[in-house]
Amino acid sequence: MPDGVHASYTKIKIFTVPNMKLNWNHWLASLALAALLTAPVWSQESHVGNLIGHAAQGKKEYRRYCVGCHGPLGDGNGENAPWIDPKPRDFVAATFKCRSTPTGTLPTDQDLYNSVSRGFTNSNMPHWDSLPPQNRIDLVAYIKTFSPRWQSEKAGEVIKVPPEPAVTSQSIAHGAELFQKMECWKCHGQQGRGDGPSAATLTDSKDQPIRPYNFADATSDSRFKCGVTNEDLYRIFMTGLDGTPMPSFADVIQPNDAWDLVHYLRTLQTKRHSKENDVVKGTGGKTSASAPGS
Amino acid sequence: MKDHCKRVRQQMWRLLFIGLLLASFIAGTGERGYAIPAFARKYGLPCSACHIGWPILNNFGLAFKDNGYQLGNDKDSPIYQNPSYWPITFRVTPQWHLENTNKVGIDAPGTTTPSSEQSITTHGFDLSGLDIWTAGTLYKNISFSVLPSMGEGSTFHFENAWVRFDNLLNSPWLNFKFGKFELDNLLSEKRFLTLSSVGGIWYNYHFTPQGDSNGFGGIGDNQLGIELSGHNSNSYSRYSIALLSSVDGAPGLTSAGQGGTARTYDAYVNVNQGFPVKGLGVQRIGAYAYVGRSPTYFLTSGGAPVEAKGGKSFSRVGAFGWWFIKNLDVETFYMHGQDNAFLGNGVPSNRPDLLPTGAAGPTWNGGFVEAHYTVNPQLIFTGRYELVHMSRQANPSNLPNLGNVDSFTIGYRWYPIMLSRAGLAFHNEYAQAKMGNLAPLTQTDALNRAVMIGFDFDY
Repeated sequence: MPDGVHASYTKIKIFTVPNMKLNWNHWLASLALAALLTAPVWSQESHVGNLIGHAAQGKKEYRRYCVGCHGPLGDGNGENAPWIDPKPRDFVAATFKCRSTPTGTLPTDQDLYNSVSRGFTNSNMPHWDSLPPQNRIDLVAYIKTFSPRWQSEKAGEVIKVPPEPAVTSQSIAHGAELFQKMECWKCHGQQGRGDGPSAATLTDSKDQPIRPYNFADATSDSRFKCGVTNEDLYRIFMTGLDGTPMPSFADVIQPNDAWDLVHYLRTLQTKRHSKENDVVKGTGGKTSASAPGS
Repeated sequence: MKDHCKRVRQQMWRLLFIGLLLASFIAGTGERGYAIPAFARKYGLPCSACHIGWPILNNFGLAFKDNGYQLGNDKDSPIYQNPSYWPITFRVTPQWHLENTNKVGIDAPGTTTPSSEQSITTHGFDLSGLDIWTAGTLYKNISFSVLPSMGEGSTFHFENAWVRFDNLLNSPWLNFKFGKFELDNLLSEKRFLTLSSVGGIWYNYHFTPQGDSNGFGGIGDNQLGIELSGHNSNSYSRYSIALLSSVDGAPGLTSAGQGGTARTYDAYVNVNQGFPVKGLGVQRIGAYAYVGRSPTYFLTSGGAPVEAKGGKSFSRVGAFGWWFIKNLDVETFYMHGQDNAFLGNGVPSNRPDLLPTGAAGPTWNGGFVEAHYTVNPQLIFTGRYELVHMSRQANPSNLPNLGNVDSFTIGYRWYPIMLSRAGLAFHNEYAQAKMGNLAPLTQTDALNRAVMIGFDFDY
């Protein structure tokens, strides 16, 4: 009999199950080890309000909705990733742009839930608010299984957002000054068009080219990546967008200054109706024009 | 005794082994849950993102469709797409199928007159028609769909062709569609799972009583007209109102099959509401009404029909629900239908003398319960029971059950290929329908059966 045939026969014999001798101790030990390894994954939970998300359920939702872009390993290397710009989030790195927590820390479950629900403008990530809330919170629980950081770290302390002061021509003018002083224009450009002198050189933490936000392109339904409200914009100053060149200004800017900057940035959205633009119109446009280069 | 025990143990091992193989097959189908024809190619989403099991839309897919085939993530306008992107999908289903009808009138030798009833069975390899579907956005908030469809050796027709202006006044509650389109049925017959000749329709969506001359083919037929529709941001609350030519979707002003004669309009309204139930999914309920007029005769010129006349009314009204219990979803549907007595008896309205004694507008009630169990995005089982029962015959001399339908269908679809550029479903289905008193000679119930095994694929 040729060796090859004999080898095949031997392989078949391996699957002759009744003749297999079981080492039950070995099996039990393997099962216990598998249970230990998977326990952190399947016990992973997420909490938003009264909702409790479970990773095991979230895994099913992830496979249905997310795997094409974020990949089966959650590393952002789904089968569609090569054609997507910007690239899908790498959950293994656990670096998230939209947080309510300080830079470098993990986001809260609420932050992740909001991101899933809201989606990300200027990207392929749609808003998933058509999914039932339970599905979304389950997804959050599963997303947290991809990185060991969630086992060893807690989410950061939520940054407090003080009440928004009134919009005045002074606050807008002061915001314009801060825009220059803090060199926001270097990336975002003097008109907020995302065409500052540094814009072309920017990359994210994965060395992928990244474009600064173009405020001037905004239309009446414009959204920021991390929300639509002034409060969301304020939060971005304080938390930064981790994984991008947008830093946190929490240590270098006072809350009132941050609000003034928010008010000024809204005036760069010239096509959008806002209280800030109403104030600018009321002053004949002088407030906004006070920014150099405008 | 020892040998017996050994045999039992071997049998158990074999069963366990087979069970493990089956389990690994089912589990394995869940490992990769993607498939992407035209839209998915555009957005890079898995097909399971929009479909419970292709082609049934899930909540996300419904919201995408309602929003004018837009995700709202600023990638919607075609200007953002690679110029080589072409939003087109081909769909065809090579298959083997068996058809059986238990009471077919068989002609006497040398005549064309049936003299006996026989059970007839045919089977073989076959092809479905071909759908070539293109749809997408012309610009932000302007969507379109064109679906030429054709059968082997026959000419094509437009299954749909429309343009839609979305989010008017920047509101999802205002969308305006113009052209030939599927009525806004939440339970979409165009997107259901069954394909055989017997189970491939919802009878309620196409029912017409025996002897009825109504040109309306049912709410399952695509119609020509305009539609105003709207929804909230997650499409849990939805409405639509449509004004439609009374042509049953046939171009050329074709009323009741006569081209160039149409002159009346129908209307369709559908409202539905979804509400999430914790741990179960989004439950949906809704109601609909279709009211219209169909001609009973034509003015002729040189013998050719030139204008539809004697329009008589008809209606289809009802309610529906779509219930989710995790991976199990159940569609429930109810319809009450009525046609005018002239339509029901096929009598011109200018010849009331031709109405049979005691003639009345036919009425009927129908409904179905259809369940889907989604093992995972690549394996889905389905079963349906459907009935349509006449509550009043147009002609009192008709047998009470004439035209009744009692049908059930079971099947499953396995999607071994759900890759980013194509989808392939292995389709197995059995369906049967009992048609009340339709045996041609004995006027007893006739039974139609169909078995279908095929590969349903699109690219």
